[in-house]
Amino acid sequence: MGRTKFIIGGVLILAAVVYLIVSSTQASAEYFMTIDELKAQGQSVAGKSLRISGAVVGDTIQYDPKTLTLTFDVANVPADNNLIDAQGGLAAVLHAAVIDPNRSRIKITYTGPKPDLLKNEAQAIMTGQLGADGVFHADELLLKCPTKYQNAVPNQTGG
Amino acid sequence: MFAEIGYGIIVVAFIVALYSVGAAIYGERTKSPAVVESARRAMLLLWPLISLAAGTLIYLLITNHFEVSFVYEVTSREMPTYLKITAWWGGQAGSLVFWSWLMSAFASLVTLRKWERDREFLPWVIVVTALTTAFFLSLVVFYENPFARFWQTTGGQIVTSMFAPSASAVAYFPSDGNGLNPLLRHPGMIIHPPMLYLGFVSFVIPYAFAIAALITGRTDDRWIRITRRWTLIAWLFLSFGLVLGGRWAYDVLGWGGFWGWDPVEIAALMPWLTGTAFLHSVMIQEKRGLLKQWNMILIILTYSLVIFGTFLTRTGVLSSVHAFAQSSIGPVFFVFIGFTFITSLALLIYRWPDLRGETEMKSLLSREALFLLNNLLFMSVLVICFWGVVFPIVSQLFTGQTVTVGPPFYDRATAPLFAALMFLMGIAPLSTWKRSTVGTIGRVLWKSAAAALVITIILFFTYTQNIIALVGFYLIALVLLVTLYEFWRAAWARSKAAKENVAVALWNLFGRDRRRYGGYIIHISMMLMAVGILGINAFQIQTQGTLALNNSLTLGNYSIKYESIAQFTAADNRQVTRAVVNVYDKNGSYLGQLYPRIDYYPDAQQNMTIPGERPTLQDDLYVLLVDWQPASANGATFKIFVNPLINWLWIGSLVFFVGIIIAAWPDRDPEYASVRWRARRAEQTSAAD
Repeated sequence: MGRTKFIIGGVLILAAVVYLIVSSTQASAEYFMTIDELKAQGQSVAGKSLRISGAVVGDTIQYDPKTLTLTFDVANVPADNNLIDAQGGLAAVLHAAVIDPNRSRIKITYTGPKPDLLKNEAQAIMTGQLGADGVFHADELLLKCPTKYQNAVPNQTGG
Repeated sequence: MFAEIGYGIIVVAFIVALYSVGAAIYGERTKSPAVVESARRAMLLLWPLISLAAGTLIYLLITNHFEVSFVYEVTSREMPTYLKITAWWGGQAGSLVFWSWLMSAFASLVTLRKWERDREFLPWVIVVTALTTAFFLSLVVFYENPFARFWQTTGGQIVTSMFAPSASAVAYFPSDGNGLNPLLRHPGMIIHPPMLYLGFVSFVIPYAFAIAALITGRTDDRWIRITRRWTLIAWLFLSFGLVLGGRWAYDVLGWGGFWGWDPVEIAALMPWLTGTAFLHSVMIQEKRGLLKQWNMILIILTYSLVIFGTFLTRTGVLSSVHAFAQSSIGPVFFVFIGFTFITSLALLIYRWPDLRGETEMKSLLSREALFLLNNLLFMSVLVICFWGVVFPIVSQLFTGQTVTVGPPFYDRATAPLFAALMFLMGIAPLSTWKRSTVGTIGRVLWKSAAAALVITIILFFTYTQNIIALVGFYLIALVLLVTLYEFWRAAWARSKAAKENVAVALWNLFGRDRRRYGGYIIHISMMLMAVGILGINAFQIQTQGTLALNNSLTLGNYSIKYESIAQFTAADNRQVTRAVVNVYDKNGSYLGQLYPRIDYYPDAQQNMTIPGERPTLQDDLYVLLVDWQPASANGATFKIFVNPLINWLWIGSLVFFVGIIIAAWPDRDPEYASVRWRARRAEQTSAAD
């Protein structure tokens, strides 16, 4: 009797945690895709919660401060870290993606303050949905600028 | 020259650390105290050595030696000296040196203690701490060397290497550095990472003693008693690191929040969860001789999560605002974590029968059972966090499709568990050891429960009709009332028994059982923090607008008027765009001025948006300057948040500090103090007769 009630209690807690994990995972799962994959899936994923990664194309950044509407294009970069390393690191991969006009690109819209890190050849990771118009509506925007830390060729001084 | 010296010292320190490990094992096996003593001295040599290497690195950082690639990456001429020093931990290679430096400092402190009764632990404590130090030094020596320099080959290529890659290569001197990421150029960055690292590193000490206890077979609670204060200090630093990180995010990242369930935040939270569980469950072992196996599991997990946390922060395996660089040290970390985890588990299984409880838990509502439940809830939060972090990797492996989970997952899954933890915090102090029933707890609980209900009803009519928030407020009120009631009850009882004034009795109470009453103060502080977290999550409001000069924008009880804007260059060459806005309340009374600004860093070509904040106990007015173009007549764009109750989070963290100082305040000698107290009580009782 002494042990049984502890075992029942433990099983109840375990069941509660499993339920919390499963239901919360289902409610907030985001499918991670590259832009190539997103283009291949097309409208079949419209409206689904997605997370995509790409290289910011600097020339396309437009910001309307009145409505806080931000639009820009991102170009496809591979998601596989090993592949990125094989192609010379993240900075090189981002650079190659932006200068290559044949890369698949997608237009992003986002409403809010313009992020400080948004600039040419930054890596953008966006959460949101693909609209019927083929534009990706981002709710969340995460940016990384690897060029600042690695692989930038320094300027030589006289010495 | 200095680069070679620094690197050379690191190599020597690495060898000394390995020697210390080897000598400690050999000395213990051959039972020769002289060899163990030599291992101890080698261990004591580590801190001065690493300090010297760190001093060299700092010298290179503050004197603009950009030919050193680490210096080039994290500093620039424009940075003030104090930031150049903090750049030490602003990049991966430097922060590994920093980690080793702290580790060696703590290991030295612990080896300097008096060992008389615990001599058998010494060699194994040295082995664990020196091995951990050696691991971090090996990363510096072989993978991430902060002293490596730029070289130009005859082909014109720039390569990074410690020594000239070929005879014809010449050293290469960049004219200026990249500069530290502007996000990190903030006073908060001076203390946030060191606090977190101090927390990480000090958890290694209880782990080292746990391993020593497992190896030597001295599996009573001696290892826990020795390291109790270390655990508290580790917990203090880790908690403060987390809070400071939140404060820094709030002040610098400009999204009006303090916690985003970012993988790196979670990496720092996970050892905190196991550490907190550990802190509670060791009391069960001390008081009742139960949960010995469980405590071992918790401290082993905490240590592994500390290393895992450093691994996540430093290697960029996860997409995160914190991951500044990709690196090759991932697999090495993985091997080390695997090695220590499996070795620890093997030792634990070997000693498993010795670690059986001395009695059995009988009553579901006894204090020990409630502590166990508290532990299970912390572990459940841990499992949820861990699931969230690894789910993308797992889903990729099994379905080929990476699926990630964001902040809503964590909020949803952990909220009921945090609520349950709060409820436990309310009832556990009222339970008794061995046996409690609904009746015994209910008799002391009902007054507080009823008073909390009254408070909640008042809040319903005056403040909010949000059901979830009301449940939160009810739990907070319950815990606060129960805790205050406990103070009152104990002080009252003591004042009657010892014929003291109630205030004096309360003071003496703290002196007598610091751990318990310090713990209660920590509970109070957690509830104050919960008020802030609940406030910002449930009631945050925001608006934005583009204003012409002298126009206003209203949000909640506040209205801001755009007064003026100016651009200037600050001393560190930052280009500042600073707006002046007047703040009025809803009746139009003037409350003060705020200066939201945008700082542009030319060296990093990056903006930083710094909010203007007006903190009060009710809320925090948080104004961001979003956009302003000198050439346009459109005016400036502002975004405003009102974050209700958020400042209780920071107030709570100060109360937390007080609580932990009380809990960790050294008794002279614990046994001696309690004997003395008993003697005095006996005296008083006999006097009363």
